[in-house]
Amino acid sequence: MSETTTLLTMKGTSEGIILFLDDRCDFESLLLELKEKVTTDVSTNTTTVTVNCQNRFITKEDQENIKAIIQDNSHLKVKSVESNVLTKKEANEWLDSITVKTFVKTIRSGQVLKVDGDALIVGDVNPGATVNATGNIFVLGKLKGIVHAGFPENPDAVVVAAHMNPSQIRIADKISRAPDYEVEGSEREFAFINEENYQIELGEVHNLQKIRPNLVEITERGF
Amino acid sequence: MGESIVITSGKGGVGKTTTTANVGTALALQDKKVCLIDTDIGLRNLDVILGLENRIIFDIVDVLEERCKVSAALVKDKRFDCLHLLPAAQSSDKNEVSPEGIKKLVDELKPNYDYILIDCPAGIEQGYRNAVAGADRAIVVTTPEKSSVRDADRIIGLLEKEEIEAPHLIINRIRKHMMDSGDMLSVDDIVSTLSVELLGVIMDDEDVIKASHHGNPVAFQPDTKASIGYRNIARRILGESVPLMSFDEEQGFMSKMKKMLGMGK
Ligand SMILES: Nc1ncnc2c1ncn2[C@@H]1O[C@H](COP(=O)(O)OP(=O)(O)OP(=O)(O)O)[C@@H](O)[C@H]1O
Ligand SMILES: [Mg+2]
Repeated sequence: MSETTTLLTMKGTSEGIILFLDDRCDFESLLLELKEKVTTDVSTNTTTVTVNCQNRFITKEDQENIKAIIQDNSHLKVKSVESNVLTKKEANEWLDSITVKTFVKTIRSGQVLKVDGDALIVGDVNPGATVNATGNIFVLGKLKGIVHAGFPENPDAVVVAAHMNPSQIRIADKISRAPDYEVEGSEREFAFINEENYQIELGEVHNLQKIRPNLVEITERGF
Repeated sequence: MGESIVITSGKGGVGKTTTTANVGTALALQDKKVCLIDTDIGLRNLDVILGLENRIIFDIVDVLEERCKVSAALVKDKRFDCLHLLPAAQSSDKNEVSPEGIKKLVDELKPNYDYILIDCPAGIEQGYRNAVAGADRAIVVTTPEKSSVRDADRIIGLLEKEEIEAPHLIINRIRKHMMDSGDMLSVDDIVSTLSVELLGVIMDDEDVIKASHHGNPVAFQPDTKASIGYRNIARRILGESVPLMSFDEEQGFMSKMKKMLGMGK
C-alpha cells in the first residue's frame, strides 16, 4: 500500500509514516476502504504508522477499531491514532492540567492541597502540611512540609522553593526525605529526578533552565 | 455589646485554662465586665484555678438543657464583681453539647459583658467545635515546643475556615535559657511559622503554678513576670499598643522594653 486513494493518504515524514484518513466521508465507508487497502497490502516487513484522522472527532472506541482493522489485516503496526478534534470536556481538562494554580496563603499542618496541573504557592508550606500536584510545584516561601510533584507518574515534574527545607519530597513514584539531623535548609533550590540514576536531586534555581528547558512549554504536555 | 474570644490550642496542657483565668482577671482589673465560659465538659478546671469550685450550683449543661436560667448558673468571682464564671459540667461529656447551643448561649450573654472568654478543650473534635461556635475571634496558645507549634498550626488552619477574625497568638512557658541554647523554638521562629499576630508571651514561671494551686490567678500579683505578661495581653486586647517585654532575666525587665519583638518589624 503506497499510492493515494480517495480516502487514504500515506506520507513519510521526519516523525515516521503517517496515514491520513479523509475527514469528510462517512465513517463506515472509511473503515471499509481502510480494510480493503490494508488487506491488499502485500509487503511483509513490519512498519509502524501513525494514523491521523484530521478534523474528524473519534472516540476511544473508534481509535481501537481503526487500530484493530489495520493490525489484524496487515503487517503494519499502529503507533497511535490521532485527531485534531477535542471535545469541549477534553479541552477543558487539558487547559486545567496545564494552568498554574495560584494560592496566596500558608499551607498549614494537617492540610492537604491537591492540585491538577502546576501549583504556585505564595506563602509557606508548614511542617505537617502536604501539597500534591500532577504538575510542578513552586513555593515562593518556606517549604517545610511534604510535597508531591508529578503525581502520580510524571518524572519530569520539579519542585522549586524560595527556601527549601522539606520533610519529604516526592516526584512521580520516588520519595526522598530530610536527614535525621537538623538542617537549616537552603535558599532558591529545586528538586528533580535525575534521569541517569532515577534519584531525586537538588539543584540551584539558576540551573533549572538547563535541566528542564521545556518546563512550562504547554505544547510539551498532554497531547 | 461584648466580644467573645475563644482560647484554644489543639494540643493539651499548654495553658489554655491558665490563660483564660489570667487574661480574664487582668481584663477585670481594668474594670471590664468579663464572663469566663468553661467548655471543657467532663474535665472542668477553670473554677479550680479561680478558686470558685465550692460556689458552683448549676453548670453549662444545666443551662443548655434548660434546667436553670443562665443567671442562676453564673458564679461571681470572689475578688471582682465584674468577673463571672459559667462552669463546665463535670459529669457529662462533650457530645451532649452542640455548637448551636453554645452559640445561642454566648449571644444571650454578650449584651451584659465587655468580654466573654471561652476556654476550649484540647483536640479538634466536638469540644473544639462547640467552643469555637460562639466566638468572634480566637487566641491560640502554644508553648515553644515543636509538637505544640505543629498543633497550633493545625488549629489556625481550622480557624481560617470559620467566620471569625484572624487568630492572635500567645506563646506560653518560655524558658529563656532554652531558647538561647536552641533547645526550644525562638519567638521569631514560631511567629514566622504560624504567620499570625503575636498578642504576648508568658514566661515559664513557678508563680503561675503556685497561684493556680491557691485558686488566686497570678495576674493579681503586682510584679511577677507572668502577671505583667498577662496584664500586657489584656491591654493589647483593649487596643493599646504595648511593646513586648524583654525576657532577658539579668537586666531588670521593667527597665528594658524591647520594641515589638516579632511584630511589625
Ligand atoms: N506560664 C506558666 N508557667 C508555669 N506553669 C504553667 C504556665 N502556664 C501553665 N502552666 C501549668 O501548666 C499546666 C497546664 O496548664 P492548663 O491547665 O492551663 O493547660 P490547658 O491547655 O488548659 O490544659 P488542657 O488541655 O488539659 O485543658 C498547669 O499545671 C499549669 O499550672
Ligand atoms: Mg484546660
